[in-house]
Amino acid sequence: MKLTVWTYEGPPHVGAMRVATAMKGLHYVLHAPQGDTYADLLFTMIERRNHRPPVSYTTFEGRDLGADTAGIFKKTCMDAYERFKPQAMIVGASCTAELIQDDPGGLAETMGIPVPVIALELPSYQRKENFGTDETFYQIVKGLARPMDRTPEVTCNILGPLALGFRHRDDIEEVKALLWEMGIGVNVVAPFGATPMDITTLGQAHFNVAMYPEHCETACRHLERVCGQPFTRTVPIGVGATHDFVAEVAKLAGVEPRTDLSRLRQPWWSASVDSTYLTGKRVFVFGDATHVKAAARIARDEMGFEVVGLGCYNREFARDIRDLAKEFGLTALITDDYLEVEEAIAAAVPEMILGTQMERHIGKRLGIPCAVISAPVHVQDFPARYSPQMGWEGANVIFDTWIHPLVMGLEEHLLHMFRDDFEFHDEAGPSHHGGHAPVAMAEAGGFTPQTPESLPAKMNDAPEATGSDVMVWLADAEKELKKIPFFVRGKARRNTETFAASQGISQISVETLYEAKAHYAR
Amino acid sequence: MNNPIAIPAQSCRDAPVLKQRGQREVFCGLTGIIWLHRKMQDAFFLVVGSRTCAHLLQSAAGVMIFAEPRFGTAILEEGDLAGMADAHDELDREVARLLARRPDIKQLFLVGSCPSEVIKLDLARAAERLTIEHAPHVRVLNYSGSGIETTFTQGEDACLASMVPVLPATDARELMLVGALPDVVEDQAVKLLTDMGVGPIRVLPAPRSAAMPGVGDNTVYALLQPFLSDTAAALDRRGARMIPAPFPFGEEGTTAWLRAIADEFGVDAETFERVTAAPRARARKAVAAAAETLSGKSIFFFPDSQLEIPLARFLTRECGMEAIEISAPYIHKGIVGPDMDLIPAGPTISEGQDVDLQLDRARAARPDLTVCGLGLANPLEAEGLSTKWAIELVFTPVHFYEQAGDLAALFARPLRRKAILRPQVAAE
Repeated sequence: MKLTVWTYEGPPHVGAMRVATAMKGLHYVLHAPQGDTYADLLFTMIERRNHRPPVSYTTFEGRDLGADTAGIFKKTCMDAYERFKPQAMIVGASCTAELIQDDPGGLAETMGIPVPVIALELPSYQRKENFGTDETFYQIVKGLARPMDRTPEVTCNILGPLALGFRHRDDIEEVKALLWEMGIGVNVVAPFGATPMDITTLGQAHFNVAMYPEHCETACRHLERVCGQPFTRTVPIGVGATHDFVAEVAKLAGVEPRTDLSRLRQPWWSASVDSTYLTGKRVFVFGDATHVKAAARIARDEMGFEVVGLGCYNREFARDIRDLAKEFGLTALITDDYLEVEEAIAAAVPEMILGTQMERHIGKRLGIPCAVISAPVHVQDFPARYSPQMGWEGANVIFDTWIHPLVMGLEEHLLHMFRDDFEFHDEAGPSHHGGHAPVAMAEAGGFTPQTPESLPAKMNDAPEATGSDVMVWLADAEKELKKIPFFVRGKARRNTETFAASQGISQISVETLYEAKAHYAR
Repeated sequence: MNNPIAIPAQSCRDAPVLKQRGQREVFCGLTGIIWLHRKMQDAFFLVVGSRTCAHLLQSAAGVMIFAEPRFGTAILEEGDLAGMADAHDELDREVARLLARRPDIKQLFLVGSCPSEVIKLDLARAAERLTIEHAPHVRVLNYSGSGIETTFTQGEDACLASMVPVLPATDARELMLVGALPDVVEDQAVKLLTDMGVGPIRVLPAPRSAAMPGVGDNTVYALLQPFLSDTAAALDRRGARMIPAPFPFGEEGTTAWLRAIADEFGVDAETFERVTAAPRARARKAVAAAAETLSGKSIFFFPDSQLEIPLARFLTRECGMEAIEISAPYIHKGIVGPDMDLIPAGPTISEGQDVDLQLDRARAARPDLTVCGLGLANPLEAEGLSTKWAIELVFTPVHFYEQAGDLAALFARPLRRKAILRPQVAAE
């Protein structure tokens, strides 16, 4: 048993729904009690889909439990087939139905439904949403795709984009454009927009593009084994990764790595003098593994940030993220416990968070600006405008998205120069966007958390928050520290204390503060 | 008293009820935690369930992510399903940890879920054990918010019903108002009744556990919400007596509700008139503004919040709408009977749901406005039907005179919006 306040991932059957809802002509019969239909609103409200997810729920009740829940499942299955006439069906159980062990797959098999029925085994008490997406897509591919003759021209499949994905809709367009520039055709995009019929033709492609390993890695490995299709390992998020992706695809397809860079503005935007203020900004990166990997590389190599912490919530990719962290000289944070992430961020005192909607809230409370880089998604992550993360336009979008929550170059100097100005005071926050001073917490919902880990206290200037019993800030030094803009004050305090500790100094004076500043000068 | 309400000769109470079973597009009772934890300020709601339960609460709560809300889910894992003794030990450990971290918590609700019920985890026993263990600081209660037992707002009913047996006993002649309403609305109700000389007035649930009302043979109570049938039964068992009335939605409903209480407390007609005349006039005026949009329009209720019947009464009688179908997750005539009496026979009355069949009926009827859950709203809008999300009715102050206009406006807004948007820019 584990106490959970907020979760990064839903149960695995929600992952299956994301696959089913992305596809056309597929229907999902879910053995589930009343109430599990809440998941429909994720698609109709957050993603603003204009149709119901293609899911029929059996909706069994307490009084059915001693009776014939299997009969209810069979009736739901038959009714769903008759009403929706899908090309194929997937059947499975939600967490409660898993406990009553009706075996939806076995039941459906006996019913003589004249289309392929694919049974899903999604262990709700062990696994989570991303397992559900990957496993469901794999089962569909395994059930329907067969080795076939290759298309005469070079084509590939684009695999992984889903319903409720972070910018999947627009990423598909960017990937298609990159392929088109190299003269590579697209055989099938799946699951997004694909029918079961389309899945049966996956084998025609020469190779596969694995857009999001979280959702398609098992399917890609299966196709590699059964249909002899290699798949891409680079996810084209960021300038460097997109160049690598073009090179990798060119090699797989046996074509020249041609690409049109005329739309790419990010490198110049990053090199131009206004961006010098980005240098060394301390960022904390957290999200799903794919986006974290990409974001860490962009942050360091393309924005000139310093990555001070990174991690992911999907344990399946823990090893990759640990390796990545090692490369950055860090220890990876692998957890799906929101409070642990909050604690880690507060301890790292970053100037910016690159995270999910959950970290956006952490940022609000800690007064740290946050840009969202990954699912879990929010209605804001489905903008009306074109807003990809992948490819050249994705690189442009990411540059804009990441710098908007930050103060701009000269603005930062003005803040420093006129820090006692009535409009520029500390509590005004570093930006008109996400980041506000820690007072924002009370405003968030009218109550203050009473936990010992009420983290913002650590960010404040209270002398007791210095983090050491033996180290004392002399009054003058404390006063001097307050002259430093608050968004870098946490770093200054920490650096000074680290420096003092290394020098065996227990009383921090103004002198110590400036010696530390010189020591850490970059 | 004056202004007797016209009761139709043939009312909905006697109409046949269409009962179908199939897929239900409704929330489970866990959803009530979203508003109950705001209302009861020293309570923590601990769902003993699965990742699905946690995900539901998070999705239903939408943007309301606070530092650490006063609810959470103890997620059952593989190991808990293997042995029952383990699950209880695990629960004790999680509760101890939680209470240590949150010294402000005085009431802890262990909330049963579908999985905890299927594995027959005895939360009543756990609550007894934990109450003793954490006495006198924290009282631990339990109720079920599971989808196999409860529908959406029924979770509040189950929660309040679980509190009734531990309410202190009293012989005092008191009025108890039952239901978790926004403070602003609750205050209005108390003021109206106090101004008539009715009192003392107590409210269940109180914002803090120390202020919970007493109950006994001299308690009379009035329900504020139409989904509190189990709570009513529990209060009856404690000797209290219900004052049946239509629910206080709209001018007419509020007046009828107040009048039933006024009659019980022997308030004279003149006093009643003096206290209610001004707010009644305001309510009528405010409703009239929205009724311009609503009058003559047809409405179709999918079952959702359990408020459907009283709202249909308000919309048909005070806003001039025509109801095509009124459906509720379940119909308890002992509770909503007075509202049904006021709705003329005609609309289909349905209980429960087979959502696909009901969608067929709605598409055939093409109502001007469809009241439904969030899972259905955008798909129906895309088919050209205007919709009103039912959940907003539970999250918005809509009871009593001063909110009557707001309530009508909630229904008028989708229609007004459709009229404002130019056809060429509307969605395909």
